[in-house]
Amino acid sequence: MLTEPATKAKESAFQRLLDGDVAVLARAISLLETGGTDSEVLTNRLRNHTGSARVVAFTGPPGAGKSTLINAYVAELRRRGHRVAVLAVDPSSPLTGGAVLGDRTRMGEHSADAGVFIRSVASRGHLGGLASSIPAILDAVDAAGWQIIVLETVGAGQSETEIAEIADVNVVLNAPGLGDDVQAIKAGILEIADILVVNKCDLPHADRTVRQLQSMLQLRKAERRNIPILSTSADRAEGICELSDAISARIEDAKKVSQEQYRRRRLKGLLCRRAEAIVRNRLSSLSEADADRILEQVSQGKLSIETATEALIATVFSAVPSPYPQQVLNPKDDDPDNWDCGF
Amino acid sequence: MQAEQLRVLVTKIGFDGHDRGSRVVAAYLRDAGMEVIYTPPWQQVGAVVSLAIQEDVDVIGISSLATDHLIIPDLMEALRAADLGHVGVVVGGIVPEIECQALRDAGVALIFGPGASREDIVSQVAKLGTDGRKTKLTSGEFAV
Ligand code: B12
Ligand SMILES: Nc1nc2c(ncn2[C@@H]2O[C@H](COP(=O)(O)OP(=O)(O)O)[C@@H](O)[C@H]2O)c(=O)[nH]1
Ligand SMILES: [Mg+2]
Repeated sequence: MLTEPATKAKESAFQRLLDGDVAVLARAISLLETGGTDSEVLTNRLRNHTGSARVVAFTGPPGAGKSTLINAYVAELRRRGHRVAVLAVDPSSPLTGGAVLGDRTRMGEHSADAGVFIRSVASRGHLGGLASSIPAILDAVDAAGWQIIVLETVGAGQSETEIAEIADVNVVLNAPGLGDDVQAIKAGILEIADILVVNKCDLPHADRTVRQLQSMLQLRKAERRNIPILSTSADRAEGICELSDAISARIEDAKKVSQEQYRRRRLKGLLCRRAEAIVRNRLSSLSEADADRILEQVSQGKLSIETATEALIATVFSAVPSPYPQQVLNPKDDDPDNWDCGF
Repeated sequence: MQAEQLRVLVTKIGFDGHDRGSRVVAAYLRDAGMEVIYTPPWQQVGAVVSLAIQEDVDVIGISSLATDHLIIPDLMEALRAADLGHVGVVVGGIVPEIECQALRDAGVALIFGPGASREDIVSQVAKLGTDGRKTKLTSGEFAV
């Protein structure tokens, strides 16, 4: 979907993004991933053009078949006439920052389809199953006119409630034969599931995994116990219709959430991720001398851990200038209403 | 400010299935801190073009151990048609000496043969990617 060179010269990059130019969207995503003050204007501008996309997250332990299942789900959405964007998050190496992004390998059949946009995103050190730029990237993909966004998250752990914050539908996968079976799905991740899937139902013992999940569901709050457990074989494209129906039903429910509420939820995610990054940044700039001073007092029993933690935070916040310039917090081209997000 | 991370596509076109070299090179680049989009062999030219667009890569690396390098001029043409002329293309594997010039004429920036060292690959790919980046849209251009 590339625009003619002649119109390109006339239209601004931002307008081309809104018009659905995939190359421009792809470039915007890279800039948002890099973050920093430079991309703030873009982040803020995007926020006025979002709210129509719905986000479906697929989470589960590595090897459960998330990428393969997304591939089958995307094929089904295409048969049903929908365009769809996929964001596949893979971990970055904590040592080098590099990554091999291979999820889309399993989605190869869609690579030449203009109705499918796939983007690999490296987690860049962020924990919790996502990358810290994901809320902003979702805004960009949304603003570019993609109404269904599928999110593949990194593995499974206990801190993925962040995913629940920004996704409308949470599909949690498990599969038989992943070592300690259902234990691979921790209670926290189960809590966020709107739909549970046992993938690889072609393998032996899949029924046992289903039963284990059923009993684990009892751990959930009473009003959230009644969720579907579906069996799929992503490889053989079995159970995909049922899965797509279940997701569609959930998307309909999600539509009852007003656009404004929805935008605020994602904005909250964005602000919280940003705040985390600032705190982390500041902590990493703690001087040896300051650290020693506080450690000394804790080890001598003069400070409790709690007080010491507060002292630590106070120290790093008084020492370093804000990484974000003031005008960023008051962007003049933005509707001030959007900033009062009430939390 | 944080530097933008280099993104490199490592892939194979045509019918050749020798994927060891492409895997080795993907790992070299990852270990040098780059983000590598890796695909299995047998990609079609059209798929490589849309991958390069969607992933906003800085460099496209094609591994070719058989005769797949002969398709590369077609790939270069398709990239230019998709307005990706700024993305550097490198080829690695077995390219007979007499065919190297044709690839360079088609716009291939670098060719690496068997035994190419990790250091050479990493440093030259990084330079190519950093140079190509300069022609891409900047944050400032999204602000107007
Ligand atoms: C291992 C091997 C195989 C393995 C492949 C395993 C695999 N999954 O990769 C197997 C046994 C399966 C195999 C099969 C065949 N092979 Co074979 N194989 C080789 C062999 C011995 C080594 C290749 C290798 O892995 N090298 C190690 C890697 C790390 O080196 P590399 O790929 O060259 O990569 C380095 C550089 O070239 C460069 N590089 C490579 N790619 C890229 C990409 C980028 C982006 C960059 C920056 C750099 C870069 O950097 C790397 C590090 O230095 C070569 C001979 C040779 N010495 O090259 C023959 C060779 C490639 N095979 C050959 C043939 C003919 C075949 C078969 C057709 C044999 C047959 N008749 O069945 C089949 C076809 C397979 C297929 N489906 O396509 C011929 C090809 C002849 C030609 N070019 O015309 C060769 C050259 C042997 C020969 N002298 O005849 N093969
Ligand atoms: N038997 C079987 N294998 C599957 C199924 N779905 C995926 N796989 C395989 O499981 C492996 C991991 O799949 P992948 O989608 O990469 O898992 P992810 O890590 O959760 O994204 C691959 O080898 C797939 O081919 C399935 O339904 N049945
Ligand atoms: Mg995956």
